[in-house]
Amino acid sequence: MTALRAPLRFFESQLVAYRRTWRGTVISSFLNPILFLTAMGLGVGSLVDDGAGDLEISYLAFVATGLMAANAMQNGAGEGMWPVRAGIKWRKNFHGAITTPIEPGDIIVGRAMWTLLRLTVVQTVFAVIAVLFGALELGPALLAVPPAALTGVAFMAALTAFTVTRETDESLANMFRFVILPMFLFSGTFFPISQLPGFLELIAYATPLFHGVELVRKIALPDIDPSVVSSMPLWIHLAYLVAMTVLGIYFGSKYLSRKLRP
Amino acid sequence: MNETLVKARGLTKRFDDLLAVDAIDFDIAKGKAFGFLGPNGAGKTSTMKMISTVSPITEGEMSVFGLDPRTQGRQIRQRIGVVPQEDNLDVELTVSENLYVYGRYHDMSRPEIRERTKELLDFAQLSDRADSPVEPLSGGMKRRLTIARALINDPELVILDEPTTGLDPQARHLLWDRLYRLKQRGSTLIITTHYMDEAEQLCDRLVVMDKAKIVAEGSPRGLIEEYAPREVVELRFADGHKEDAESKLEGLASRYEVLADRVILYTDDADDTQRGVASRGLDPEQVLVRRSTLEDVFLRLTGRRLDD
Ligand SMILES: Nc1ncnc2c1ncn2[C@@H]1O[C@H](COP(=O)(O)OP(=O)(O)OP(=O)(O)O)[C@@H](O)[C@H]1O
Ligand SMILES: [Mg+2]
Repeated sequence: MTALRAPLRFFESQLVAYRRTWRGTVISSFLNPILFLTAMGLGVGSLVDDGAGDLEISYLAFVATGLMAANAMQNGAGEGMWPVRAGIKWRKNFHGAITTPIEPGDIIVGRAMWTLLRLTVVQTVFAVIAVLFGALELGPALLAVPPAALTGVAFMAALTAFTVTRETDESLANMFRFVILPMFLFSGTFFPISQLPGFLELIAYATPLFHGVELVRKIALPDIDPSVVSSMPLWIHLAYLVAMTVLGIYFGSKYLSRKLRP
Repeated sequence: MNETLVKARGLTKRFDDLLAVDAIDFDIAKGKAFGFLGPNGAGKTSTMKMISTVSPITEGEMSVFGLDPRTQGRQIRQRIGVVPQEDNLDVELTVSENLYVYGRYHDMSRPEIRERTKELLDFAQLSDRADSPVEPLSGGMKRRLTIARALINDPELVILDEPTTGLDPQARHLLWDRLYRLKQRGSTLIITTHYMDEAEQLCDRLVVMDKAKIVAEGSPRGLIEEYAPREVVELRFADGHKEDAESKLEGLASRYEVLADRVILYTDDADDTQRGVASRGLDPEQVLVRRSTLEDVFLRLTGRRLDD
């Protein structure tokens, strides 16, 4: 527990700052799932379900679980980029913290804790809205929260390491444009990746979001039609995301230390 | 009795090819105020950062509280307070939240922080701004808050990198008083400054750094006695006459310095020098006679003015 004390202190500083900025983020937490579930579920979903009735579960349930992972990815990626850039360059609170007993690694672990908390809340909101939309039953919806939150934390960790090594804001915007967004569209959120042409399917297998999506689906919807998910065992998805988190934190801490202590 | 708190031997900092601190030695005694003077780029901030363990030592040895900055940074930082050259207050927090968060970083309890915050806001004369955001504070207020924040953990050693830059004279004198009181209570201070009066007022001992090296060390009085003759005659010339005068200065005083705006003559007998000025037909617009100060020592040692 003592090893976590310093990260907890930094985590706490995030809470203090959040007391003033939470309003803005709350609106998007509600709006995101409502907009996506309305568009995808009620619109596209009714077409899909009418045509292909062989899914054991509704398309709405399929896409809601995918969206929870994808939404967590976006939030997690955001947490790994802008607040990190700010801590180093604009707000400079990282520079302040390291003159106290806080180490660069504590900053990153503390931020991972904060991201975990935030994503748990955001994904719970998502889950409840999915229930209200009739996309998921309450049990599966809540089961989807932890794996979705883990997906977000993995992205936060990896993108923290990325952000620390980048000098320009342009590279962060590009990251969103050319990596996060394509992943959002082609990693199994909206349709099984087996529908992708061969080589794209292989690429999709390698993406972290695919493993997040699969983990959420396999945990929340154990009775899902095996043809719409991969045959990989659950632990591979879990191991992938845990490894991504650990490596992100490890390299993030190392690079941040170099950055803050030239 | 004279316990050494910080001890450096061959302390070196290199940034790629640039040698910022070149094998310097110093000992900082407990309970004293120790100053680092030097022109821009001399390596003062680099040295402060190595002492506060936020910049790795390239070469050499240093101990702080007998601890090793390379491996025991956390323990060292627990016991020090740092006022960096550039304020890095958290602009997303209020004045008191800045103190609160720092207290928590130092693992202090909430009641402890609450009590300390009251004292420190009073100390920094910011009590009425406790709940104000940081952004709209004036430069001087931000500086005072940065200093208050550095004291939250009641540090044994306070490192102040140009603490009073940007403060008005009142605020500076107030701060000197506070630093003096801090020292009285047993804290050790390390100060860098470009204000020679500040160094003279506050520091028990100081070093002058130039081009990454320490070029002199002593007490303010001792340095003045060692490096500057007793008296100074300053001459100001009308436009264009300075160059003409320069050729006639040799032998007038034990040493002279030609600055952008005036000529400074160092002498043991100002009257004698003034007579010399007149007899050589120099025709200064203005003559000022004064005692030597630390500034003269600085000019002599570093060969340029602080503000150039
Ligand atoms: N992070 C860094 N990377 C590269 N060079 C650096 C870095 N920090 C400082 N330097 C260089 O090291 C030298 C010493 O700088 P330092 O900040 O220690 O000087 P200083 O004595 O504090 O000057 P000032 O009075 O202007 O604050 C300078 O040449 C500076 O450019
Ligand atoms: Mg400096």
